[in-house]
Amino acid sequence: MTTDHQLSAEQLTLAYGDRTVVEGLDIAIAAGRITAIVGANGCGKSTLLRALARLISPREGEVTLDGMSLQRQPSREIARTLGLLPQRPVAPEGIAVADLVGRGRHPHQRMLARWSPRDYEVVSDALTATGIADLADRPVDELSGGQQQRVWIAMALAQETDILLLDEPTTFLDVAHQIEVLDLLTDLNRERGTTIVMVLHDLNLAARYADVLVAVRDGHVHASGSPEEVITEQLVGDVFGLECRVILDPLSGKPLVLPSGRHHVV
Amino acid sequence: MILTAGLAAAVVAVFLVTLMVGNTFYGLDKVARVLLGEAVPGASFTVGELRLPRASLGLVTGLCFGIAGVTFQTMLRNPLASPDIIGISSGASAAAVVGIIVFSLNETIVSFLALGAALVTAGAIYLLANRRGFAGTRLILIGIGVAAMLDSVVTYVLSRAASWDLQVAMQWLTGSLNGATWSSVAPVAIACAVLVPVLLLNQRNLGVLRLGDDSAAALGVRVQGTRIVLIVSAVALLAFATAASGPIAFVAFMAGPIAARIVGPGASLALPAGLIGSLLVLVADLVGQFAFDNRYPVGVITGVLGAPYLVYLLIRSNRSGGSI
Repeated sequence: MTTDHQLSAEQLTLAYGDRTVVEGLDIAIAAGRITAIVGANGCGKSTLLRALARLISPREGEVTLDGMSLQRQPSREIARTLGLLPQRPVAPEGIAVADLVGRGRHPHQRMLARWSPRDYEVVSDALTATGIADLADRPVDELSGGQQQRVWIAMALAQETDILLLDEPTTFLDVAHQIEVLDLLTDLNRERGTTIVMVLHDLNLAARYADVLVAVRDGHVHASGSPEEVITEQLVGDVFGLECRVILDPLSGKPLVLPSGRHHVV
Repeated sequence: MILTAGLAAAVVAVFLVTLMVGNTFYGLDKVARVLLGEAVPGASFTVGELRLPRASLGLVTGLCFGIAGVTFQTMLRNPLASPDIIGISSGASAAAVVGIIVFSLNETIVSFLALGAALVTAGAIYLLANRRGFAGTRLILIGIGVAAMLDSVVTYVLSRAASWDLQVAMQWLTGSLNGATWSSVAPVAIACAVLVPVLLLNQRNLGVLRLGDDSAAALGVRVQGTRIVLIVSAVALLAFATAASGPIAFVAFMAGPIAARIVGPGASLALPAGLIGSLLVLVADLVGQFAFDNRYPVGVITGVLGAPYLVYLLIRSNRSGGSI
């Protein structure tokens, strides 16, 4: 796999009906790195991710993959380079894990062609990489939330894209499973060189796991850079309206946000 | 694959039995000779002219109802979203009844009138359900209301057509194979030949659409385009079948879930559901014709089977949210 696919947006304006959510936004995703998009509720970060995944068309400006507008490339071809894990994907009732993961092969298969040996191999690798090979025959809807999330990530792996976008991949998971999913994505980034872009709610997890943080405020990129550059008391105040202290995380050496709040602070 | 082949074999077997059984029994050898075009005294007329069109109509309409039903159920992830529950069949029926009884149109024109009405009904339900964000449950509830309205149109027109006998009325209320002729089979058969391949070619896309619009788009499926192709093809199959046999009760609704039980989750259901549809119609017609002292139209038999199943699914979907 190569890691030189370049995903970027220029002068991007996104709107739902009359409501403009993102206006004149520029962003260039760092190839081969992990990028986390953070921001307050309703700031447009999920909308931005959806536009990067071509799920919504820009009102103005464009999203380009390798210099060419997403709107002008066949969706199936884009799907071989760019994968997306939506916030709430739907598993058909009763579908088995291996079957669901196999749907990830869709963009690589022709209309009537049978499964190739390569298809089977990729699905098997995806199950192994996500540690769910022993669940292959189980119905997805019987699994725990953490296991289900690994199934969806396995499906995205089976798609074999060099860029993977994830919309809040840790929501609905307990803290241990959040860490497990983020570790898995880090493995994917380090071992396969996959470019990862995710919307994350938890600033501290974002600071720990992302190489690049993009802080979005009112539909604009307010700041972007390494966690050390972006996570400051000033910025957290500006972007989230939260008073806090930032210290050094003794485990990771990354910035750690301690919210002040009105109670329990000595 | 093996299960589907088994279903196909069962359909062929029941089809042949339908040709053999009647007031006069003809053995398989005579039926085979008639099918091969030989002139067999007695059998040529009874089997070739009477039973064969009826069995053929049962076969193709069952196939149409089954495939159309399961396409809707799969796409909307709900067994209640079958076109005969959400009013699309009723739209086709209402148009056909008005066409035949009020305007005395011929069969081909009635087929296209039914197609137009079914598409308009489907479009109207879709638009009404789509007003504040699309929701499958709202679509089903609106569809049930629309079905009730259109069914009352059918009943009204039939009640005004006083000179028409009960047979005709029954055909448009529950569906019947009485009066099957080659000219009623032909439009449905042609629709099948064109549209069934379209739906089968789109099965893999449909399988991906079930993961939700976002996932499907991310996997390279053109969501809107695929959905429109699937809806228009399924509605057209249903409309042509309804124009020929009336809305044979609950076949579109039952075939998919039965096929899902047989072939298991994850597999493509279109062909198995179509075959189950044919089986349901052919067997129910045999039962309706010969199992009782009176002869009943096929739709009465499928209705007796389908209504309890509908109640069962309503109870079950209330618990689990329900999907096919």
